Formats: sequence, C-alpha cells, structure tokens
Amino acid sequence: MNPEETKEFEQKIHAFVGRENGPPKKGKDAVNEPMIRQWAEVMGDESPVYTDKETAKNTTKGGIIAPPSMLQAWSMEGYPMAGSPAVDVQRSLHNVFDENGFTGVLGTNTSTEFFRDLKPGDEVTYHTVIESISEQKSTARGIGYFIETVTQFTDQNGERVGKQVFRVLKFIPADAPAEASSVADDSPAVPTRIAAPRGHDNGWWWEAADKGKVLIQRCKSCQTLRHPPRPMCGECQSVEWDSIESTLDGEIFSFTVLHYPKVPGYDYPLCCAVISLAEGTRIVANVVGIDTEEVKIGMKVKGKVEQVDEKTMLPQFYPVAGGQ
Amino acid sequence: MTANVKDKAAIVGIANTEFSKNSGRSELQLAAEAVAGALEDAGLKPSDVDGMTTFTMDNTDEIELARAVGIGDLSFYSRVPHGGGAATGLIHQAAMAVASGMAETIVCYRSLNGRSGHRYSSGVSGNLLTADAIHWGWYMPYGLVTPASWVAMYTQRYMHLTNCTHDSLFEVAHTMREYAATNPAALFYDQRFDRAEYDAQKKIVDPFRLYDCCLESDGASAVIITTTERAKDLRQPGVVVKGVGQAAAANMESMTSFYRDEIAAIPSMDIAASKAYEQSGLTPDDIDAAVIYDAFTPIVLWQLESWGFCKHGEAHDFVMDGALRPGGRLPTNTHGGQLSEAYIHGVNGIVEAARLVRKTSVNQPDKEVNHVLVTSGVGVPTGGALLGSMDTL
Repeated sequence: MNPEETKEFEQKIHAFVGRENGPPKKGKDAVNEPMIRQWAEVMGDESPVYTDKETAKNTTKGGIIAPPSMLQAWSMEGYPMAGSPAVDVQRSLHNVFDENGFTGVLGTNTSTEFFRDLKPGDEVTYHTVIESISEQKSTARGIGYFIETVTQFTDQNGERVGKQVFRVLKFIPADAPAEASSVADDSPAVPTRIAAPRGHDNGWWWEAADKGKVLIQRCKSCQTLRHPPRPMCGECQSVEWDSIESTLDGEIFSFTVLHYPKVPGYDYPLCCAVISLAEGTRIVANVVGIDTEEVKIGMKVKGKVEQVDEKTMLPQFYPVAGGQ
Repeated sequence: MTANVKDKAAIVGIANTEFSKNSGRSELQLAAEAVAGALEDAGLKPSDVDGMTTFTMDNTDEIELARAVGIGDLSFYSRVPHGGGAATGLIHQAAMAVASGMAETIVCYRSLNGRSGHRYSSGVSGNLLTADAIHWGWYMPYGLVTPASWVAMYTQRYMHLTNCTHDSLFEVAHTMREYAATNPAALFYDQRFDRAEYDAQKKIVDPFRLYDCCLESDGASAVIITTTERAKDLRQPGVVVKGVGQAAAANMESMTSFYRDEIAAIPSMDIAASKAYEQSGLTPDDIDAAVIYDAFTPIVLWQLESWGFCKHGEAHDFVMDGALRPGGRLPTNTHGGQLSEAYIHGVNGIVEAARLVRKTSVNQPDKEVNHVLVTSGVGVPTGGALLGSMDTL
C-alpha cells in the first residue's frame, strides 16, 4: 500500500473503533449445574465448590458457584456457529482487513476481571465493544494491527459480573507473496538500505564507493585529510581539494549493536562502529563477519566495499585474524 | 566577555498540558492550551505578550499560535535548532530579549504529538538535499538511524574508559521512575520497576535496554519570562534567571560528533556550564536541585560531570552514593524526567525547575532550595540555565 492507500485503509478500520459488536445479548442458558460439572471435568478442576452441594454449602461461597474462568462460556453461541459464523460488526471489521491482505489472525492475549461469583440460576448478558485499534506495528509475524475488544458481562439485575479484554493481531503473513506491484513502481521487491542523499559536497564520495573505493578528502593547500567531506579546509580555509584512496586498515574506536526497532532493509543484530583508519581520519561503517557479541573497542579491522543489497555499495569492515 | 543577563529576567508563568500517548488534538491546540495555562498561572493577559521563542523542530508557527491564543503584536521571535538541545535555549533567547529591551514578556513553548504523530524512534530518513540530510547520509546507509544508536556510540566509549556500568545506568532510570511513581501527572505514575524487571527488558541498542530510553509522548509545555521588575507584581513568585549558557563546541555534528579526539564527553555542555556559572557568580556547591535532560540514562552522568558536581569520568560513583535521590546531594528530575514523566523535549523540565524554586514540586526536596539547574539535550549544540528565587536578587 502507498501512504494514501494506507491512510484510506486506516480511516476505514478506525471507523469501527467504539462500535458495539451487537446489542447486549443474553446467554443461551442460565448458569446451571450440568454445564458447570462438564466444564470442571474437562478442565480437571476437582474443587468441590463447583460440584458438591453439601461441601459447597459449608464454604464461604455458601453453595455451588460457577468457575470464574468459565465466564465466557455463558456467552458462547454454541455448535452451529462453527458452520456459519455470525455476521457481526467484528466479522465485518476482519473482512476489511482480509480484503487488504491482512489475512493472518492471532489471538495475542486476553485479560478478565471478575466482580462476583455466578451461581446456578443466574442469567448472563454480554455486550462487546470494539475498544481500540493500534497504530501499524511491525511484528515477528508480519506487519499488522492489534484489535482490542471489551466485553462486559452483567446479570439478570443489570449488575456487572465480569469484564473481558481480548486482543487479536490482524497481520499480513510475513511469508505471503508481496502484493502485486503497480505498473509504474520500480522499487525493488526486497527493501534496500536508506540511501545517502547526494549533493555537490558529497556526491563524488558516494560515486567512488559505487566503484568500490573509499576516498578521503585532502586539502590541496595544506594536505590535511578530512572526513566527512566538506567544501573548505578548517585548517587553512582553502577550497581546493583532491583525495586519496584509503587502504581501509582500521581499528574500532567505538561501536554499538542495534536490536530494535528493525528497519526494513537491514539485518539485525546490526553492528555500527566508528573506525579509526590508518590514514588518521575516522569513518562510520558496519562491522560484519563476526558474532556481534564478540566486537570490542580496539579491535583491528579491514574494510572492503561490498554490494550490500540490490542498490547499495558500502564499506564493510571485517575483523583481522589475531588482530586484537 | 560575560553576558549581562543576570537577574534581569524571571519565569513568572508555567504550564503543561496533560501527557499522553494520543492527545487526540493538533499540536497547535496543545501549544495554545499550554500557553494560555502559563499566562493564567502568571496572571497575565495574552495581549501582554510581545515575544515568542520555540524549537526549529516545532511544527507550530508563532503567528498561528499568537492568533489562536489572542496574542497581539510581536516584536521578538526566534527559534533554536537541534532538537532537545534547544530546551534551555528558550530561556537564553528570552533572557537576552528581556535584558536588551527587545521585548518585555516572552512565551517559550514546545508542543509535540511525539507518540501519536511522528515518533523519533522511527529514525531519520532524508529526501531533501540539505546540509543536514547530507550529514545523516553518512550514517543512514549503515543503519545508524535512531537517537538511541547515536548516543550508544558515546556510551560504549565512556563505559570502556571509566568504571561506569549498568549499575549507574539503572540508578538513573530507577531514581526517575521512583519520582514519577509519586507524580500524578507522569505517564508512569504509580508504576515502579526493580532491577530484575530493568534487566529483563528488550535490547534496543547496546548497551541500552528499554528503560534506559525516554518516553515518546504527546503534550505541550510553556513558560512565560518577563523582567524581574515586573515579576514582583505578578501572581506567582518569580523564578529568576541567574545565568544561562548555550554552546556548540568545535568539531560538532548534530548527534554524531564522532571525529573529536575523544568522544566520551560532551564539551558543548562544559562550555555552556562555565558560561552560566560565570554570569551568575554561582558554583556547583550553590546548586540545591537539578532537572537534567534525560533522553537516555548515561547522558545524565555526563552532564553531572560538565556542571562540576563530580570530576570527569566519576559520575558513576557520584550517583551510586544516592546523590539524585530525595535525600541526596542533588535531587534530580523530581518530576520523573523524560524517562518517566513525559518527553516534551526538556521544556516540561523547565516547568519542573521553576516549581522546585517555587517550592511546589510534588516531590519537593526536604531542604532549602535556592538555586536549581536545568539543562537541554546533549550530543547536539546544547545549554543550561541556573534559576533562583526572588530572594536571591
């Protein structure tokens, strides 16, 4: 999607925020002992407060109660739903996602609050609202959005008995084929690194890098080397300059390893270092060919200009064997 | 040459909007609310304002804001570049304008939807061919695109050369969070963490885990600065500008000054500090509390060194003694800082520094507070200001 399409899509999905999934609805059955017993058996929960009237009577509960975590069961649609799911607002929202390639769905987490115990005979009414939709997130599963719904449960007297927050991720599966690119789109299928803008003062340096060379600017008047390039010599104010080619023998002056966020076009963990070159200037570049945990300040490195993706030539530095 | 601004200007009004992850309104509206709040605090009318100053990075035009708030003719307006490095630059601009008579009452403001709008953690990317875009071009292709990664480069070097460890980084993060936990306006109000939780956070860039990094937040902050003469008649006790420095040390790049002989230091802040001390006649011993720009934990350490609270390279020991805590030598970031209150580019810090002088911080230290330091973001051209009570005139 281009930015306009994304905006249009986000407007569409955000229009769902705050909408009720449907009007408040009463559960199919009142709270009852047979369903409690079956649920407790399946869960392997042997607490007598769910199944044994006599024992339950003598507890602080004063009688049989439904297991709190069974709350959602009282609102379930029942078996026919598996064949023909209800066309509710939440389903329509998921359809909008599906139509735009966000076909993946993952229940990520749920949290439930319980306000009172349910006892046989209680009637549960539930009411679900689409609470929020996150901004676009880059997840391990793929790019997507978190949808949060909140369901309020009330009893026959309209008193609150519980609240459930449910979060799902709707995402473009990371292994799905990339969307068909539009005709005029010449961008590469795989994201590339962010390119350096090229202007009068720096374009020549990047053109040399494209040809496999790292140059260091040199003042023609006083021979001082400087990097990054700039139009005037800070030592003698001459604007005349040429350049020398670096041998790319260097030593790590400082470095960091990047983990988060992961920008498309780069591999993580990603080591970036300030490298002191043998010529005396410094350069920032990647350190590669080594476990990032092993990188140290003072380590000797040797660079070469490599093609790092479809469009980009960059100096990359490798550890020198035994060069600590 | 010592600048002649001492005791000429005072902060007389302060305000923050609420801080949030999604303000639900424009940056212009946030700015207008903060400015109106600060004027109300001062007991001034919009028509009293004749000058405005903000960050070059602020998206809200002075004239739009003036029109929104009902501010009339302006005879002074200026902007300070380099992100959070501009924070106390606003005091610098306003104090000069007031001292020179260019304007009498200046609004300093900063407004950002830093979470729901553009997030700094999403990194830089350049389309415009400016000197700044070319500068970033030396780092973007390698993936060095986020503020955390730039500051990490100095930090790794600093930790290599000194005894600084994660113990002191944790001490900074934890101190800020403990202050925020008792500040109802803070985004992390009532949310504490311990060392195990700190260590368990995800890695951002080495050596930073999540809690070493500041928030991204929506909100706005404003302060009103006028003459100390006028401050005497206003609603709130004035907060006097004793000294204010602004500096860009030699061989400076915005965030990436990696080409100096040594990078385990912030020479721009050393210069700003000496200017502010010189103007004010104060020394580190006179400073009772501080608001130190804390986009990332280690930058607090370096600034303690720049402002002379300890020697260069010895901030680890200074903070491990509990210096930043409520009963410590220098209670710092009593609002929770940008690590735990909100990230409004340091201007919420100016608001807190003014509160400390007014003795109205929610975490007001249990001691006499006469002089407070407040600083701007570092790694960029930066600055700091020394504030004092009207009793110090």
